[in-house]
Amino acid sequence: MNELIKKAAELLESNVVQIVIGYGKGSAERTRTIFITEASGCDQLIFDSRCIQNLAVYLTKAEIKKLGKPAIVAPVPVLRSILQLASENQLTEDGLVVLGVTPESTLIEFESFAAIETYLASHKIEIDEKYQKIIEGIKSMPVEERFAYWVKELEPCFKCYACRAACPLCYCTRCTVENNQPQWIKSASHPLGNLEWHVMRAMHHAGRCTDCDACYEACPMGIPIHLLTKSMLQDVTENFGPYGPSLNKDNTLSSFKPEDKESFIK
Amino acid sequence: MQTENYTIRKASLEKLFNNLVEKGKTVYAPKAKGKVVLFENVERFDEITEDYIVTTNSAKSVVFPRVEEVFSYKKTKEKTEISDASANSFPDVVLWGSRPCDAAAFIPLTNTFNRDYTDIIYNKRFEKILILTFSCSKCDEYCFCTSVNSGTGNTAGSDILFTKLSTGDFLAEVITEKGKLLVEENSSLFEAKPAESKEQNLANVKTYFNHEEVQSKLQNLFENPVWDEKSRACLGCGSCAFVCPVCSCFDIQDESHGGNGSRLRCWDSCGFSLFTLHTSGHNPRETQGARWRQRILHKFLYMPDQSKVAGCVGCGRCSRACPADINILDTVTSL
Repeated sequence: MNELIKKAAELLESNVVQIVIGYGKGSAERTRTIFITEASGCDQLIFDSRCIQNLAVYLTKAEIKKLGKPAIVAPVPVLRSILQLASENQLTEDGLVVLGVTPESTLIEFESFAAIETYLASHKIEIDEKYQKIIEGIKSMPVEERFAYWVKELEPCFKCYACRAACPLCYCTRCTVENNQPQWIKSASHPLGNLEWHVMRAMHHAGRCTDCDACYEACPMGIPIHLLTKSMLQDVTENFGPYGPSLNKDNTLSSFKPEDKESFIK
Repeated sequence: MQTENYTIRKASLEKLFNNLVEKGKTVYAPKAKGKVVLFENVERFDEITEDYIVTTNSAKSVVFPRVEEVFSYKKTKEKTEISDASANSFPDVVLWGSRPCDAAAFIPLTNTFNRDYTDIIYNKRFEKILILTFSCSKCDEYCFCTSVNSGTGNTAGSDILFTKLSTGDFLAEVITEKGKLLVEENSSLFEAKPAESKEQNLANVKTYFNHEEVQSKLQNLFENPVWDEKSRACLGCGSCAFVCPVCSCFDIQDESHGGNGSRLRCWDSCGFSLFTLHTSGHNPRETQGARWRQRILHKFLYMPDQSKVAGCVGCGRCSRACPADINILDTVTSL
């Protein structure tokens, strides 16, 4: 932790960056995102198992960009998001400094996005066995039962869009759901509107989602919406091969290949 | 009316619940669901949890549902039939297990729906609810009801307030005529008032600020760096407004399907970047800081100015729900 604090302070002191985005003390037992502008403020930085918010979400926010070049505290899920954002041309290498934090809580500095990709090669996305079982269970339901399962699970959704807001990959300045001419997705949080929203959200993350669970953690109603993106991740892997954020490979669903399976077209 | 006090035993409480269900009332009560406790429609007493400080969602949806049909229409070749929802009759709803802050929230909420326009649907729904509140025996760091003129044993807004006593029985304070009617209908369940006082059974919520002082400070704080500083991590979602028992902003949506359709009133939030976006593209609240300022000013300055009642009951739901841990108490105490 001390090396992270020291490095962050150095970066601010030397004006290499103007802001450090990291984790600090929050309410009660929580941690919260802090934005540090003075080297002396860096001792507020903390890192432990409570630091689950995906900080990469702030890198594309216009109001944060205005604050100058950032350094960002980046455990593995944040690194994955940074790489995915870079592959989607949302970040530039000279636009930020990545202060990687290993699962053992040691600082790891990255010279380039390529270096992040090399590091992540040994931290592949793997869906927890616990979740695999749940997803298998849902997939084995007859279609009517599965439909009823999701209608019930999504019932508490009041469309606060915390799932969207907390997701680093939902960086569109205007979401499809807010388009009302024509209105693709019903705005109201009735069963159909909720279903449409969550299906669309999952679809837009197919081949992009890095399985950070930020959507689920953000949902105030505790709806297991991450099951949708996890299941999508499995489907994409099955049909198009294993994927993870990469600078060299095309994003699965935004690129056409003649050998792509078309078994879903019936 | 003068408050009437009774004792109700734990077993009788269950009987009271069953009587309400048997009479066909729709009961909303706290129910554990995964990692949250939600006010949900319950049919059995054992579905209700006692293990909660406040529920994650507020109880406002019983009078202000997240989607409310205002009217619907049906077009045929000959004519268009319009069905006005304000002519509907609404169900008898019992809110069971609300906290004093939940009950208190109906006061500013009702003010809003009656201020410059009498909202028929809201008022018809409100007439049909019975609010059975349970005092708080525990609280947490997010609670601040005592700073906004409320408290863990406050009776305002409730029809009956139950307080659990050291014996496991409950003190029942009957506050309104609606509550009195319930006692009369179930008179065998209510016994003579207990000797034990309620105060010793209440959680002690620290008083963090003086609400009137905050109101007066806010008059000169429109331009202040605090708004940007405190909302820097804000993600711009609507979770704070949607779990808030007082927030009442809504958006009108029209849905149509062929010749049929309806107009819906849907919850909205001042945290959304589209909230005050004009057709011209101009947004008077362009930044998240300006939106956070609006939220605080509305609750702690505009609402008390308009109706003498704050727009915040100190339940702390917004802070607990915020995915970025933006804490309303933290902002208000830093002013």
